[in-house]
Amino acid sequence: MAEKKSERVSLLRVLGPAHVWALGVGIVLVGEFTGWNFSADKGGSMAALIVCWFVGLLYTSVAMIDSEVTSTVAAAGGQYAQAKHIVGPLMAFNVALYLVFAYTMLEVADAILVGDLLVEVAAGAGAEVSRTPFMLLTISFLAFLNYRGVLATLNMNFVITGLAYLSILVLFFSVQPWSQGAVLKLGDMVTPDNALPYGWIGVIAAFQFGIWYYLGIEGTTQAAEEVRSPARSLPFGTLSGIITLLIGAAITWYVCASLLPWQLLGSTFFPLFDAARATGSQTLSTILFWGTILSAVASANGCINDASRAWFSLGRDKYLPQWFSAVHPKYRTPYRSIVFLLPIAVAFGAFAGLDQAITFSILSGVLQYTFMSINIIMFRRKWPLDSIQRGYTHPFHPLPAILLFILCMVTFVAIFLGFGSQLIAMLAFYFIISIWFHFFRYKYVDRAAQFTMPWPKPIGY
Amino acid sequence: MWDILETGAWIVSFILIAYIVIDWFRTDRSYSNEMLTSSREGELEAETERLHREEAKGGQNG
Repeated sequence: MAEKKSERVSLLRVLGPAHVWALGVGIVLVGEFTGWNFSADKGGSMAALIVCWFVGLLYTSVAMIDSEVTSTVAAAGGQYAQAKHIVGPLMAFNVALYLVFAYTMLEVADAILVGDLLVEVAAGAGAEVSRTPFMLLTISFLAFLNYRGVLATLNMNFVITGLAYLSILVLFFSVQPWSQGAVLKLGDMVTPDNALPYGWIGVIAAFQFGIWYYLGIEGTTQAAEEVRSPARSLPFGTLSGIITLLIGAAITWYVCASLLPWQLLGSTFFPLFDAARATGSQTLSTILFWGTILSAVASANGCINDASRAWFSLGRDKYLPQWFSAVHPKYRTPYRSIVFLLPIAVAFGAFAGLDQAITFSILSGVLQYTFMSINIIMFRRKWPLDSIQRGYTHPFHPLPAILLFILCMVTFVAIFLGFGSQLIAMLAFYFIISIWFHFFRYKYVDRAAQFTMPWPKPIGY
Repeated sequence: MWDILETGAWIVSFILIAYIVIDWFRTDRSYSNEMLTSSREGELEAETERLHREEAKGGQNG
């Protein structure tokens, strides 16, 4: 019956700016609860603050650039669709893989985090449990939610992201931030002797983990085909998201650096939870425990949403078998892509470590940001401001693009210092997969159907 | 209590995954692949552009 009712089925346009905010901030916020603090291990508490500012600049550039391009190229796949229209198919294929890797690995890291936190709580209660069932439950529940519909998925993300963010604010105001010495002891924790224990090279090394303050805000673009008004909702949701995160990152550093010595800050997996415990308040500890859990769940939820959209887009354009581009006729979700990525996430969660998952995610993310800096320059050259209507135009071009490119290069140096072999292995993987795509896959791509936006011919063509 | 939670997590996970897999097979069997993969990028943009063109044309005629 349903087949007779409708011959075409597509993703559902039901989302608004709040959902876009929930998607972007939801993916990222877990980085305040864990991840960023390893920058203190690399360079001390002051290095963690310096990278908070500089990486904040990097991501502000990402958010501005993304808002301009995606408010114009409003298609599922986000940066993949941008690359396809602006650079070319090989770049697009690579960008889609960066996206799928970055989000799937982040999802795995989030699920491991939930499992580890529950294992720690159980150990505190004298019980010994495995993290695997909790990790599996997190991934399977969120895959189920994503399978059943995007509106409920992102409604839930809005609520739990808001609650997780609120837990940071509760901690901040509970420790009387206006009165140093009452609870917070920044002057004792960060002294001239220990502020930068490894000097400026420690600051460079810290960039790699400073990424965690904001990693994933660019994920808002994956909702492009499901928002009711892409030109308005995407820039609004993305830019309000980065503002939320900049405030959250500053608060997080201030509270954690004022309560935890840099050695502990740089080694704990749960800096905000430990900061709450350091206050001696059981209530704050409970609130931050749930904040950590909720932020990890929100992040994994957004990651499943984004990875499946990127994979779906690859299938729709025949960059991968078209089978992956199926949309569920009832739930209107890319269900085959969600199902396909589910066992991959579970397998990585079961067999890979947290540090490996995080490293693969960061590497793919930084490769993507490097592309974005080149992409916006090409976009403005091929389609100048007066040639097509944009939902948002970012200011000071090309300064954000140049800044983004420089900061990406610094981050690559930092990654090379810490994870050189993984960086080279990952680049080799993308090189080999590009050769495969060029010689064996591209012949199946429907080239005439690649360019879908109703734009004039680009300058120079 | 933690033993119960651990076992519960395994059971609920398998139920959720089973639901997804069963629904996936049912959906694939109930609908043609052409219909399921009929989504096209830029449909809304193309439709908006078409409406703009028709409006502009109507305005000229009117």
